[in-house]
Amino acid sequence: MMHTEITPTKSKVLPPEQKQTIFGWTKKNLFNSWFNIILTFVSLFIIFIVLKGTLTWVVTNADWEVIRANYRLFMVGQFSEEEIWRVWSALLYLTLLFGLSAGIWKGTIRQLSFLLTAIYVIHLALPFLSGHTKIWLLSNIVTLFASYVIGLKLPKGKMIGIGGWLFSIIVILFFLQGFGILPSVQTSMWNGLLLTVILSAVAIVGSFPIGILLALGRTSKLPIIKYFCIAYIEFIRGIPLITVFFSMQILIPLFLPEGFTVANIIRVMIGATLFTAAYMAENVRGGLQSIPKGQFEAAKTIGLSSIQSTFLIILPQALRAVIPAIVGQSISMFKDTSLVAIVGLVDLLGIAQTVKSNPAFLGHHMEVYLFVALVYWVIAYAMSYSSRRLEETLGVGKR
Amino acid sequence: MKNRKRYLQFVFAGMLVFLLTLTGCSSTDTSTDGDETTDEATDSTNDASSGKTTLAEVKERGYIVVGGNNQLPGFGYVNSDGDYEGFDVDFAKVLGAAIFDDPEAIEIRPLSAQERFTALQTGEVDVLIRNTTWTVERDVELGTNFAPTTFYDGQGIMVRKDTGITSLEELAGARIGVETGTTTEANLADQFRKLGIEYEQVLFDDSDSLVEAYESGSIDAWTTDKSGLVSRQSTLSEPDAHVILEQTLSKEPLGPTVRHGDDQWFDIVKWATYATMEAEELGINSTNVDEFIDSSDPVIRRFMGNEGELGEMLGLENDFAVQIIKHVGNYEEIYNRNLGPDTVFKLERGLNSLYTDGGILYSPPFR
Repeated sequence: MMHTEITPTKSKVLPPEQKQTIFGWTKKNLFNSWFNIILTFVSLFIIFIVLKGTLTWVVTNADWEVIRANYRLFMVGQFSEEEIWRVWSALLYLTLLFGLSAGIWKGTIRQLSFLLTAIYVIHLALPFLSGHTKIWLLSNIVTLFASYVIGLKLPKGKMIGIGGWLFSIIVILFFLQGFGILPSVQTSMWNGLLLTVILSAVAIVGSFPIGILLALGRTSKLPIIKYFCIAYIEFIRGIPLITVFFSMQILIPLFLPEGFTVANIIRVMIGATLFTAAYMAENVRGGLQSIPKGQFEAAKTIGLSSIQSTFLIILPQALRAVIPAIVGQSISMFKDTSLVAIVGLVDLLGIAQTVKSNPAFLGHHMEVYLFVALVYWVIAYAMSYSSRRLEETLGVGKR
Repeated sequence: MKNRKRYLQFVFAGMLVFLLTLTGCSSTDTSTDGDETTDEATDSTNDASSGKTTLAEVKERGYIVVGGNNQLPGFGYVNSDGDYEGFDVDFAKVLGAAIFDDPEAIEIRPLSAQERFTALQTGEVDVLIRNTTWTVERDVELGTNFAPTTFYDGQGIMVRKDTGITSLEELAGARIGVETGTTTEANLADQFRKLGIEYEQVLFDDSDSLVEAYESGSIDAWTTDKSGLVSRQSTLSEPDAHVILEQTLSKEPLGPTVRHGDDQWFDIVKWATYATMEAEELGINSTNVDEFIDSSDPVIRRFMGNEGELGEMLGLENDFAVQIIKHVGNYEEIYNRNLGPDTVFKLERGLNSLYTDGGILYSPPFR
């Protein structure tokens, strides 16, 4: 907090560096006046009461059996036991990608891989997971390290890495859905964290290209495209997400011809993607507007066509400028997927609601909701942390 | 400036048209839905070449899609192994057993209270078994048919024992908690207006916060369906310190629901449900069903499909009742498994007893 910017006054005498002890710091910041002394004690008292109440409840009153017994439900929902290897394989593929990318790009992705390893290790230490699960966890950890080492030395690593990520959605959907090659698992069995992650991944990844196109369309000079994009963006931004979900669930089936049904999970995915795209478009437009006119002119001067200048000069700079906004949008989308619990899909929150309705665990909703909140927090925090790291690496706001 | 204004007008006009189309479609849908579905469905039943009966569709698919609830203790929830369980779920299994001889030939599709009727009307689910109260409006306006009631519920009120309150009249001036947007809210207002008693209504978004408020003493009483009160009582810190008033505020007959227009499917759901009650009346259950196969009693022989062709008339196997009892059990077994004395609910049979035991469950004869 004391790191003030050094003003360019060329002063040669810098202020002496103060060596502060903890005692000195508290004296200076917490006990420097009568008012602050009282404030400190009142705050400490409040913190003590809250912490004591929470910790007493967490340690003594709460019965965490409900989490232990339903752990699998929370994670993958009703995905059948025999087919669970498919979820693991999909995860293994992701782990492999993380490891490779950590080796190739280092930086942020390496931090995320550390986090992933930490999560695996924590799960490995959980006493109630079956041996089967632990073998999968171990193989994930081994894969992560092996692929990291490979990634460090891989020639043309970046191409392979980018290719891997591009294919990841298809590979994961192949494992989960089967595409007719593997026995199909009904989408109504895709529950819990699995559904939350798939739903938000599809919405975030899918909305990105649509959002960019909408943003470019909105700044276009062709009136039809321009006003279509404006109408779309403003219409979507004017209605709440839950309305979109409700119309996807209730209105769409009424319009479809008889006997023709689209799985409700697909309908929700489409709704979430279209919704996020409108917000993504506005974020990207913000970035486009931050690019000085000189860049356009410079691109024109060296003979680039308008398409070339857009995709080679303008967009890369514009997107870099709005990384925080885009990640913020992604985090909020990730959390907003919990709204699907209201329209009958069983995501992480939905599974929490059905678990607390199990007569064996009646009255343990506090534990259930606390656990769900923790899972949401870990993932949302990882996203926001990696965004901050990414900004630092790219030097947003510094150059 | 002028140009811009015109463009804005254009945009708004466009949006308005879009909105009008949306609302226009949805309003016609709700008002004429019953008729439409009836016509279409009747057509499809009559004209085998263009459409299929629900039964044919279900048989081709290999399983029944059942609209259910996954958040109601005792009636529908997912157990720790990831399987659906509960009273309503068992009646879905009854249908699976009757049609496919396999209680697991069902897919439960969890539905919210708002979307359940749309899902039924549009054919997304074949049957709705989701604690749905039978009312005139739903039966007629929404174009649905109600199979026999499987559970007679009614709204009740819970108070602390030490208050000594035993009737609604004594609740004058009390703070009563209720969930918003439910029929219970309206029922509560109706009852107290009838009695001319003043009370303070406290609204809650979900039952968890309602129960929490009741336990902490910020409200004097709370109300919901009696089955819900009983199931929650067992989770209070001192279950014995609370009492549910004798009086019932409303009638809540809950049962399976199908859409208008396919009478064969309606009959199947109806008679599969009745079969569980008839079995209890005849004393047949899942453990002793085999002993009855050679029975000489003509009533039992007809019920088991050894005589007559009751099953074939419905489009099922003649021994469909046997399959139901073998796989799922009779009504008593279903009740006891989910709500009875061995569960946390310990719910009295009450109205849900056979007519021979003082209840109102009464299956028409199987002949």
